[in-house]
Amino acid sequence: MSELVRFQQQFRRSLTIARKDIQIYYAKGPVIIYGVLMPIFLFLAFTIGRSLPADLMIPGLLGMILFFTATAVSPIIVPWEAQARTLERLMSTPVKLETIILGDILASFIFGAGISIVPIIIGLTLGITIASPGILALAIILSSFCFAALGNVFSTPPTNTPATVNMIAAGVRFPIVFMSGVFIPLDELPIWGQNIAFISPLTYFIDIARNLMHGQGHLPLVIDFLAIIGFTAVFLIVAMKLHRRTMPRRI
Amino acid sequence: MGRDEDNNFAIEVSDLTKYYGQFLAINKVSFEVKTGQTFGFLGPNGAGKTTTVRILTGVINADSGQALIASYPAGNLKAKQITGVLPETANAYVDLSGWRNLLLMAELYGIKSKEARQRSDDLLKELGLYERRNDQVKSYSKGMKQRLVLGMALVSDPQILFLDEPTSGLDVQSSRLMKIMLQKLNRYGKTIFLTTHDMDEANQLCDQVAIINKGKIVAIDTPERLRLATKGRHSVEISFQGSVKPETLAQLSGVSEVERLGDKYRLYTNTPGDLAVTLVNYSASVGLKIVALNILAPSLEDAFVSLTEKEHSHV
Repeated sequence: MSELVRFQQQFRRSLTIARKDIQIYYAKGPVIIYGVLMPIFLFLAFTIGRSLPADLMIPGLLGMILFFTATAVSPIIVPWEAQARTLERLMSTPVKLETIILGDILASFIFGAGISIVPIIIGLTLGITIASPGILALAIILSSFCFAALGNVFSTPPTNTPATVNMIAAGVRFPIVFMSGVFIPLDELPIWGQNIAFISPLTYFIDIARNLMHGQGHLPLVIDFLAIIGFTAVFLIVAMKLHRRTMPRRI
Repeated sequence: MGRDEDNNFAIEVSDLTKYYGQFLAINKVSFEVKTGQTFGFLGPNGAGKTTTVRILTGVINADSGQALIASYPAGNLKAKQITGVLPETANAYVDLSGWRNLLLMAELYGIKSKEARQRSDDLLKELGLYERRNDQVKSYSKGMKQRLVLGMALVSDPQILFLDEPTSGLDVQSSRLMKIMLQKLNRYGKTIFLTTHDMDEANQLCDQVAIINKGKIVAIDTPERLRLATKGRHSVEISFQGSVKPETLAQLSGVSEVERLGDKYRLYTNTPGDLAVTLVNYSASVGLKIVALNILAPSLEDAFVSLTEKEHSHV
């Protein structure tokens, strides 16, 4: 069997795992709370009473919802499966560990990318225009995958308690939101603030969204896209390596 | 065609060793299982049974030694493709239906959709779950869940089955159904690796058994040979129509101990044949009618206890 056929076979099994995750985990409480309710309330808390123009506000809202939703599903799947005693069976089937991880990331990615349609509709209703919908769609797809991979990194500590993983994830998610230019555009941040912002993948997505909706970004689009791709590669490598080390300790 | 047919061994294990931190879970475990055999893996709790199964099914890696499944290294995708697994603590996905659980497993084994549906249907009927196939598994009883989990192990029609305590904690009907299915699968040529605490189950199902204690194999043989090799106490079990005092039986020639078991007595002896004759003569002399008389050799359970206790006393 050629490597290509083997890759296709494993990718199909990743899709099977993603479908199973969608059927089981989208309706779980932590996903709804951290993925949907939290970003909406957080955004309302920071925007009500401030007179932000829609083309500045919507990129922030879109970025925050995409980030929270795409990182809501992937952290809880592995600990949940270990706790529910379904992980051992999954690991004994003819799928690679990377196939399982990719399936979990895909389920989270689809959740993030799907829900991002809501803030876009809100933005269009408020009269914003998107300079290049195709580029925005590409940015949403790449960023959702990037954030889902980051979410999967949160699940690598060998705990089988989803609440513990969510606590770890919350400890990273909130600082990232505050330092990524969601509420204050990058140009208005002090230099030290901008330097910190560059270590967050969310910064680059919001910069693309502002560029396309507000007509002005901080960085060239190419740099934003390259940064997102780079972060994705790092998160995937870290997730795979750490899961390989910690997965047997969950059983 | 599996490569196991070349050498006639479905499972080959040599010097398998696994540590958990400083704890030596299994220590140079070696055995072979012939294709088509039902192999029982017996041992007390914490002996290393589940660790061995997890290594053989590719869930964890050994620290040293070699395990081959149909000549493929354990954990290799080809090895996993031809095995079905019922892990000790495994559960089905309780938020999915029984039907969906089976299809999920079939898809993970790359079974084509039409075939997967047909096999799922057949298995659900055979396991007595067809009527509840569309219900979420969370509404199933423990016996139903365990039957479904067996179905999940079988849906890929594997050559080799690993079953870790498949009947543990089950009601009589579910346990019986499981045993009947395992016997049937063995008749169809499947190789079955079975860990169990149930000596009757091992005795009924297994062609060969290995006994593991404290991470080391202490015996491998057929159940019958293990039983006969045990230097345990032989006994004669007898029940009379009428009452007999145990003290009277204890005074008969060759009796070392008398135990009352419900409506019968078990008389321990070193000469069971002679004692049977003595008992027949005694009952005739006092006009007692014998309802049943059985000569009992040490059971597989006796062999198990003897081997694991002997090992314990050496430590």
